[in-house]
Amino acid sequence: MSAATPDEVMTVVAARALRGKRTCFVGIGAPSAAANLARRLHEPGLVLIYESGTIGSKPDVLPLSIGDGELAETADAVVSVPEIFSYWLQAGRIDVGFLSAAQIDRFANLNSTVIGPYERPRVRLPGAGGAPEIAAAAREVVILMPQRLETFVGRLDFVTTAGFLDGGDARTRAGCTGGGPSRVITDLGVLTPDPATKELVLTALHPGVDLGDVRRATGWPLRVADRLEDTDPVTDEELATLRDLKARTARAHDEALHG
Amino acid sequence: MFASLRDAVAELIHDGDTVAMEGFTHLIPHAAGHEVIRQGRRDLTLLRMTPDVIYDQLIGAGAARRLLFSWGGNPGVGSLHRLRDAVEHGWPRPLELVEYTHAMMAAAYVAGASGLPFGLLRAGAGTSLPAHNDRIRAVTCPFTGETLTAVAAHRPDVAVIHAQRADRAGNVQLWGIVGIQKEAVYSARRALVTVEEVVDHLTPMPGEVVLPAATVTAVCEVPGGAHPSYAQGFGRRDNRFYRAWDAIAKGRESFTAWIDRHVRGTADHAAFRRALAEEGR
Repeated sequence: MSAATPDEVMTVVAARALRGKRTCFVGIGAPSAAANLARRLHEPGLVLIYESGTIGSKPDVLPLSIGDGELAETADAVVSVPEIFSYWLQAGRIDVGFLSAAQIDRFANLNSTVIGPYERPRVRLPGAGGAPEIAAAAREVVILMPQRLETFVGRLDFVTTAGFLDGGDARTRAGCTGGGPSRVITDLGVLTPDPATKELVLTALHPGVDLGDVRRATGWPLRVADRLEDTDPVTDEELATLRDLKARTARAHDEALHG
Repeated sequence: MFASLRDAVAELIHDGDTVAMEGFTHLIPHAAGHEVIRQGRRDLTLLRMTPDVIYDQLIGAGAARRLLFSWGGNPGVGSLHRLRDAVEHGWPRPLELVEYTHAMMAAAYVAGASGLPFGLLRAGAGTSLPAHNDRIRAVTCPFTGETLTAVAAHRPDVAVIHAQRADRAGNVQLWGIVGIQKEAVYSARRALVTVEEVVDHLTPMPGEVVLPAATVTAVCEVPGGAHPSYAQGFGRRDNRFYRAWDAIAKGRESFTAWIDRHVRGTADHAAFRRALAEEGR
């Protein structure tokens, strides 16, 4: 088996972050891959919740969209959109929210709205979706994003989703009820908020990555923990399970789905 | 109550209307959207939590002047190129965006369905969205004094949805991912529903939503009317089409050629499906 790619390391480390968790609100893409990997590897009872209203989905392959039929057919319950946002998210029934975005800043605020000015955007992005409420109300938020200079920026073009806002207790003062981002998992390492200032601090490096790589991929002067940890290497079991999941997904999505 | 899709669209959807074609990946009313394009509607205010391919087509065809939404993309694939072209370059006409989060959109529909002026929620603290949308305001809770978010109610002229079944009295049944369709129908002044089949009696289904005939203005039997979305129990989501759409929508010419051939150049949904089948999609 070839060595794990940076993207695979990111997904595996994110799956490990779900150990001991019960309910996870999942976005499509890398978050969905990581959550489903965790369900296979070490948390078979993890309740996956997709914003389409499916609770306890157990898909065999990764869905292309949050509304693929398999999510509903394998769910414990399917509820309406007002119910998922009001009774589940707003009421505090979500342990972990898994999010990604186009841009992130040093206080883990996220932009998924526009690149450039709002009225005349250079790139119009999809928009908020459920992210602002997931980030505000989940007990904990885990953010998954490949680390690049263009995406880890000094200043967001738009604050779609609050992380820790200006840092310190700004998040609580703004009325967020959940705990906020607990870690940002990238393809280079892991960043966690400083307990007091809430600024993101690099706390772990993935195998084969050096500190200079991370600094060059970060658009602000990056703080680094005094004791920088090395991420445990991806195991054969983790990698084989992830690749099997991806391969079955690719086969399923390429089959003729007509009728 | 029962009508052809052509007659129902002609009667219920007018130029300048606010129209909510809802569906959360599942049960998206594509056939009805195509009929709106065929009949050349203009100046619509489109409302939807998750505008995807059918709204990309309506926007690219020039039917809309404003979009109220919370997430616009081709799920799992990428951007909506026609929406982006309208916002970034004003083609074929500028598109005004009024933007929310999902929870705000849901609350606005619930308020509209309930006859209230606004929906109330503890929403998206810290987001910059309220600075660009004056339909999102802060209110103070009269009991606790805490600051909450108020969102002006959605009251669309028309809700358009696709469902699995209707009975002969016009009661409508849907199940699977039911999204926000119930609230969209109850919030709207008129409701147009396309269904997979019309049956004598509605057999109860797990997790179903039944919309009583009194909430529905028109029912049109349009089998496959959600394609490339799907109706649970009647087919699967055509994920290949969603991926193929990316290349079709990327350029103005390829988009226009596709719409001219498949939508403007076909008489109805059955002819649209035949045109697609001929290409082996």
